[in-house]
Amino acid sequence: MNAVAKKIEATTARLEGMSLPAGGKWATEAREAALTRLRTMGLPDRRDEYWKYTRPDTLTQTDAPEASVLDTGEAPLFDGFDRLKVVFVDGVFDAEQSDDLSGEGLNIERLADVAAKDIHWARDVYGVLENNGQSPVERPLAALNSAFATDGVVIHVTGKVSRPVNLIYRHKSDSSDAILHHVIKLDAGAELTVLENGPAAARFNKSMEVDVADGAAFHHVRAQGRDHERRAVTHIFGRLGTESVFKSFTLTVNGRLTRNEAILELTGDDAVAHVAGACLGDGDFHHDDTVFVTHDAVNCESRQVFKKVLRNGATGVFQGKILVQPGAQKTDGYQISQSLLLDEDSQFLAKPELEIYADDVACSHGSTSGAIDEEALFYLRARGVPKDIATDLMVLSFVAEAVDEIENEDLRDEMLARLEGWLERRRD
Amino acid sequence: MAAIDQTQVKEGVDQETVDAVREVGGKYKYGWETEIEMEYAPKGLTEDIVRLISDKNDEPEWMTEWRLEAYKRWLTKEEPDWAMLDYPEVDFQDQYYYARPKSMEEKPKSLDEVDPKLLATYEKLGIPLKEQMILAGVEGAEDAPAEGRKVAVDAVFDSVSVGTTFQKELADAGVIFCSISEAIREHPELVKKYLGSVVPVSDNFYATLNSAVFSDGSFVYVPPGVRCPMELSTYFRINAENTGQFERTLIIADKGSYVSYLEGCTAPQRDTSQLHAAVVEIVIEEDAEVKYSTVQNWYPGDENGKGGIYNFVTKRADCRGDRAKIMWTQVETGSAVTWKYPSCILRGDDSQGEFYSIAITNHHQQADTGTKMIHLGKNSKSRIVSKGISAGVAQNTYRGQVSMHPKAKNSRNYTQCDSLLIGDKCGAHTVPYIEVRNNSSRVEHEATTSKVDDEQMFYCRQRGMGEEEAVALIVNGFAKEVLQALPMEFAMEAQQLVAISLEGSVG
Repeated sequence: MNAVAKKIEATTARLEGMSLPAGGKWATEAREAALTRLRTMGLPDRRDEYWKYTRPDTLTQTDAPEASVLDTGEAPLFDGFDRLKVVFVDGVFDAEQSDDLSGEGLNIERLADVAAKDIHWARDVYGVLENNGQSPVERPLAALNSAFATDGVVIHVTGKVSRPVNLIYRHKSDSSDAILHHVIKLDAGAELTVLENGPAAARFNKSMEVDVADGAAFHHVRAQGRDHERRAVTHIFGRLGTESVFKSFTLTVNGRLTRNEAILELTGDDAVAHVAGACLGDGDFHHDDTVFVTHDAVNCESRQVFKKVLRNGATGVFQGKILVQPGAQKTDGYQISQSLLLDEDSQFLAKPELEIYADDVACSHGSTSGAIDEEALFYLRARGVPKDIATDLMVLSFVAEAVDEIENEDLRDEMLARLEGWLERRRD
Repeated sequence: MAAIDQTQVKEGVDQETVDAVREVGGKYKYGWETEIEMEYAPKGLTEDIVRLISDKNDEPEWMTEWRLEAYKRWLTKEEPDWAMLDYPEVDFQDQYYYARPKSMEEKPKSLDEVDPKLLATYEKLGIPLKEQMILAGVEGAEDAPAEGRKVAVDAVFDSVSVGTTFQKELADAGVIFCSISEAIREHPELVKKYLGSVVPVSDNFYATLNSAVFSDGSFVYVPPGVRCPMELSTYFRINAENTGQFERTLIIADKGSYVSYLEGCTAPQRDTSQLHAAVVEIVIEEDAEVKYSTVQNWYPGDENGKGGIYNFVTKRADCRGDRAKIMWTQVETGSAVTWKYPSCILRGDDSQGEFYSIAITNHHQQADTGTKMIHLGKNSKSRIVSKGISAGVAQNTYRGQVSMHPKAKNSRNYTQCDSLLIGDKCGAHTVPYIEVRNNSSRVEHEATTSKVDDEQMFYCRQRGMGEEEAVALIVNGFAKEVLQALPMEFAMEAQQLVAISLEGSVG
């Protein structure tokens, strides 16, 4: 039996006894289609090219490995911000802790309610962007999510919304295994900022499909914390219309395993897509950013900026790709992935790819890895800065390029404060 | 070359570059065929064919067993499909695995005995007359005075080595340069020790196939402390139809030695595709240095993608000793399909690997090529400079790996790959794998023209050069230096390639 057949057999065994959630007509159709996709491609295993550097076994096995809840005593993130809170506890919507789900220019529904209906606009997005994102690289854990997710938010943005929507993921149970699926649709000219934070569950599989119409703007700032043993796989699928903007930033600290995939398709001319991430890893920490940006229109811009600071045997992975389709002329694609290895045991594994079928484009990528600059460290120490503080300063300046991708100054400061707090707690 | 002539080239692409690519990809100059009576093994691949090849080469029993073991392993292996290559499935049973000119059955004793067609073949390929005599297998020609620069040549015609020049002069220096079949007979202890030690029998599908059926190739041994007195060269010519060529090259540079080795290859123009699966193994001991240069000019197929060589090659150098050094230089202009990753295993401390590549694809050509730098030793250094140029509807992929193992402290890699597209129907791709497993090593991968070494840039800018001018000087100047260092046989190709500019290129 060849490798693919073995994988499919293992997947069939894994899915045995699992039944699709009950729902209305559109959701049932979408879930069945996703399940078929999953059965056809099979769950990922270590031999898969796109799982070369990250072991998927704990993400695919039947039971979630346990993860205890960590209390750092920090103030909750985004506390000082005027925002619309939507709270999930171990992957289940909590109405009591959440704000009233209504606001000017937007309509928020629960996926659980939407999926019960026979007809809903979400059918044009749910599982659709995920399906588009399955080629040329398969993302079976996203198909698994589309098939089995029962909760999440379905947001329709019709105007320029100034108050961010904050999705808060609380983790209570050591053995929770959560799947959430969000659908966000921005009408032409609409604007929305989505904030996400919290460890969510012992194991978390989250999908977010974002359809950005012409001239619309979507901003996304996410902080993934905190519990040391938690595991997460997340997918963001974005479809960008003409002159639309999509900007996403993720800060990750702690966690045994995090795999963040961003799959963006620039379908309208003059669209702009930025994805950035900073991660700080200490000890038993594995962080994987897998990004795939497809340019399918003229004069679009994309940026990928990823910075990883690793120590005590932490592992950082970056797999980024820019695909420029035939005819996507005047594309401006940029990709940088850098790691700062603070000790001998940490490692950085990268695969920065370009695939280009148009001749009038400027695409560049860079990837570097190395230790802290001893000369700069010496300079700081010679001026009386203690070694640990000097190191932290250099770490902060290293990740600054990624954090600077956040457009909103207050959010940028909030992220930097988190970074500083994390570094401070870990000083020797 | 209609494809380029009709192509609207975007602004900013240097006209000289377009002309150079047009020239390189123009009418294939080596597409003629030598009509010569050939002796074939039956079509297809079986255990009997493997035995027959071994038998034709008068091989000892251990070699036959080695091949049969490889054949058994090959049967269990799957053809790799991860490269960005799209070609019809190869029918491995529809190939001849052994073909040699009938006249080579017995080695000719004098010029008069040599088949004139064979002589004419090498003359036409541009091998100097003096060498031609030797190439044609004339004994005693070595004693005639050689003029100009000396390059010892091993010429391989389909499955057999036709002759090796300057063997005597090389032997005086202690260098062994002969066909691999001769080495198996004459120097079994060296072959036994090193064959398959760099590229193991079951390394990959094509290497395993090669291990089973390789018919000839070159063998080089440079003893300790010897600087090889001349450049060594192998010229591979595929002539027979439906015949796969499976050459095997083994180069051993013992402690403190130096050798520069050149490789050239051509094939006739035919409508059907032909298979070429070579293995090159290089062993480099302490303080030794090997330079390996290739101009790969197999028949690329016609402008409609008909015919051409499928080139699946495994090349690897093992820097076993401290301060060992390997430099790969490749100019890839031929073949319908290229699958080739000359690699460096930097095992010794302070060992050094370099890879310079220019790959030009046109019409329907596809190239998936690059290198691997496996850093195992402390303070090891590697450098990768790759330029891919695509025209017509061709696809050109750089695929490379840089791996810093935990023990490879204080190692260094610098990678730069640039691609240039001429026309909007072709593709250029970059697939680098970067694996850093210690923090004292530095790895830099760059793929932009604006990101050359900052210090060099600063130096140039300080002297009043514009940014673009400075970049062009640094990057092109470097490539030119490499190309101009290519040996005489490659001068023509090299000179054309020097004109290629990086302007308008994409990462």
